[in-house]
Amino acid sequence: MPAAKTIRAIGHRTINAVWRIGMATRFFFLILMYSGSSFRRFHLIIKELFSTGVMSLIIIVVAGLFVGMVLGLQGYETLKRYGSESALGVMVALGLVRELGPVVAALLFASRAGSAMTAEIGLMKATEQISAMEMMAVHPIARIVAPRFWAGIISMPLLAALFSAVGVFGGYFVGVVQIGVDEGSFWAQMQAAVDFEHDILNGVIKSFVFGTAVTVIALFEGYDAPPTAEGVSGATTRTVVTSSLAILMLDFILTAMMFGGS
Amino acid sequence: MERTGIDLWVGMFVVAGVAALVMLAMKVGNLGTYNVSDAYKVHAYFANVGGLKATASIKSAGVLVGRVESITLDTERYEAKVVMSIDKRYQFSRDTIGKILTSGLLGEQYIGLDAGGDTEMLKDGEQLKMTQSAMVLEDLVGKFLYSKAEEPAK
Amino acid sequence: MSASNLVEIRDLNFTYDKRPVLQGINMNFPKGKLIAIMGLSGCGKTTLLRLIGGALIPTKGYVKVDGQNIHELNQDGLYDMRRKMGMLFQFGALFTDMSVYDNVAFQMREHTDLPEELIHDLVLMKLHAVGLRGTHNLMPSELSGGMARRVALARTVSLDPMLIMYDEPFAGLDPISLTVVGDLIRRLNDALGATSIVVTHDVQESLKIVDYVYFMANGVIVAEGTPDEIRASDRDFVHQFVHGEMDGPVPFHYPGGNYRQDLNLQA
Repeated sequence: MPAAKTIRAIGHRTINAVWRIGMATRFFFLILMYSGSSFRRFHLIIKELFSTGVMSLIIIVVAGLFVGMVLGLQGYETLKRYGSESALGVMVALGLVRELGPVVAALLFASRAGSAMTAEIGLMKATEQISAMEMMAVHPIARIVAPRFWAGIISMPLLAALFSAVGVFGGYFVGVVQIGVDEGSFWAQMQAAVDFEHDILNGVIKSFVFGTAVTVIALFEGYDAPPTAEGVSGATTRTVVTSSLAILMLDFILTAMMFGGS
Repeated sequence: MERTGIDLWVGMFVVAGVAALVMLAMKVGNLGTYNVSDAYKVHAYFANVGGLKATASIKSAGVLVGRVESITLDTERYEAKVVMSIDKRYQFSRDTIGKILTSGLLGEQYIGLDAGGDTEMLKDGEQLKMTQSAMVLEDLVGKFLYSKAEEPAK
Repeated sequence: MSASNLVEIRDLNFTYDKRPVLQGINMNFPKGKLIAIMGLSGCGKTTLLRLIGGALIPTKGYVKVDGQNIHELNQDGLYDMRRKMGMLFQFGALFTDMSVYDNVAFQMREHTDLPEELIHDLVLMKLHAVGLRGTHNLMPSELSGGMARRVALARTVSLDPMLIMYDEPFAGLDPISLTVVGDLIRRLNDALGATSIVVTHDVQESLKIVDYVYFMANGVIVAEGTPDEIRASDRDFVHQFVHGEMDGPVPFHYPGGNYRQDLNLQA
């Protein structure tokens, strides 16, 4: 019966997906449980901040600059029709701070730092480094996973803020320097319309949530990867796909919660 | 890489990130123009606030002097109660008039304060007695039509 | 249990996915001895090591280390026990993101409050013992396979364990490294007064250094004895294994049905 087979396949996939979500959640709580030691030895987190945060800097800054410049160009073309070019600053800033900063930075973070985390931990598992650590009576979640988790959580809001800040300058460069929108109204209208709590803080909260999601997914996929070459490469792909989808879905939920009512 | 090198890079990364946040808050957002600590609060009742929102600016002679703190409906008077926080540096007389104005034709609404001649100054928690509500386009059109109809036919 | 045994295994069974991996294993590991567990690839030797280390739970039977049943310990107890054990993994399993120095210092930093100067001296002493003091600044990726194995050995004994387990310590080594590693295993065992278990299929090298040998095949012990007894053994399996003959009790062909039928040749 092909129909029964299909339904069984759907059932199998659903059970599998729910099971993985459950495992990832359990993993998340394990990380929190074993986080104590990484705060007592903060240099472990600093080392990971280097490989997640600092190594993502260039891609974030370059991408932020170009996204801001495109926003400036597109925004100008649209606003010109209504004779309100002076609102260009508002458009660029709100677009970046509320949406594009957190979301695009998180997507870039997932493919740059998240995939690297999965590959690294997957390889550590494949080369028995994780088993070796367990045999040395050191808990791998406390020693390997937790510092990476906290580094990811600290990096993400900072990277998103950098992305937005650089993007605003990209928009400024195209709008004011290149096209010649009035500089005063560019900044003044922006400042009048962008609210610290409502826009900037909510953007920071978003990037914090995205950072948590991406890091947990990346670490879980790495820790859960079959200890083979295909296993690790498959896990790396899954990290990028799953965390990108998670970012976009969470973004919708958070946006509805933050901006939906008013 | 050497531990000190990593420390340096991470330090620069964190400083740059925090600086970006501060820059967003100050230069892009409204935090740079809004200082809550040195402010006093007054409130006023308006028959209609129009499109005025919390955090809208309060200006006197075009200078930003404060922000709208909150807007609520007073169900005893059925008027909007607007709480304003005004910079301590700017003192206003008790007969100051508060008006809801619009910057430009389609711009944001804000509260304009016109100082009066009273020698006593407004204190924290006091009420601004004289107010002028927002101009609502439908009301204006209605008034205009009404006055036209009243004119004797020629 | 006899006081002279550091590790005792009694009637150990382990089943993985309904497939019996180990059946009715009984072994003794007397203190101070170097004992080899030999057998073909995939006969459950590595599983046995993981059972001794508490990473797996047996289906039946028990493993006692230093008088304590490993699988009745809680996590803290197990971790305390593991601090007294060292395990050398098949390809060393050095931490690739740390230098040689940090690898050897790892357990000292994790488990002791020793000052960094003392750790420095201890690390260099351990590295000197394996003849690689000069490599402490290198990363694991810069070492040859044999050197990596020796660094891993230095890391394994960094806290002077009472029990050292080796998982295929000779796999993939050139003849010189092979002799060096074999010699180190023997000397470290005697110098530390430890007990060592070597899981291997390298007959010639291990027979030179060990005190006692267990032979395993298909999850059961098929022969045991001192190296001399093993060499002299006339049992088919042991003979084939020791002398590396192609065919014998262990067939050259994997069971695969009728050859003629597989090639579509009609008889």
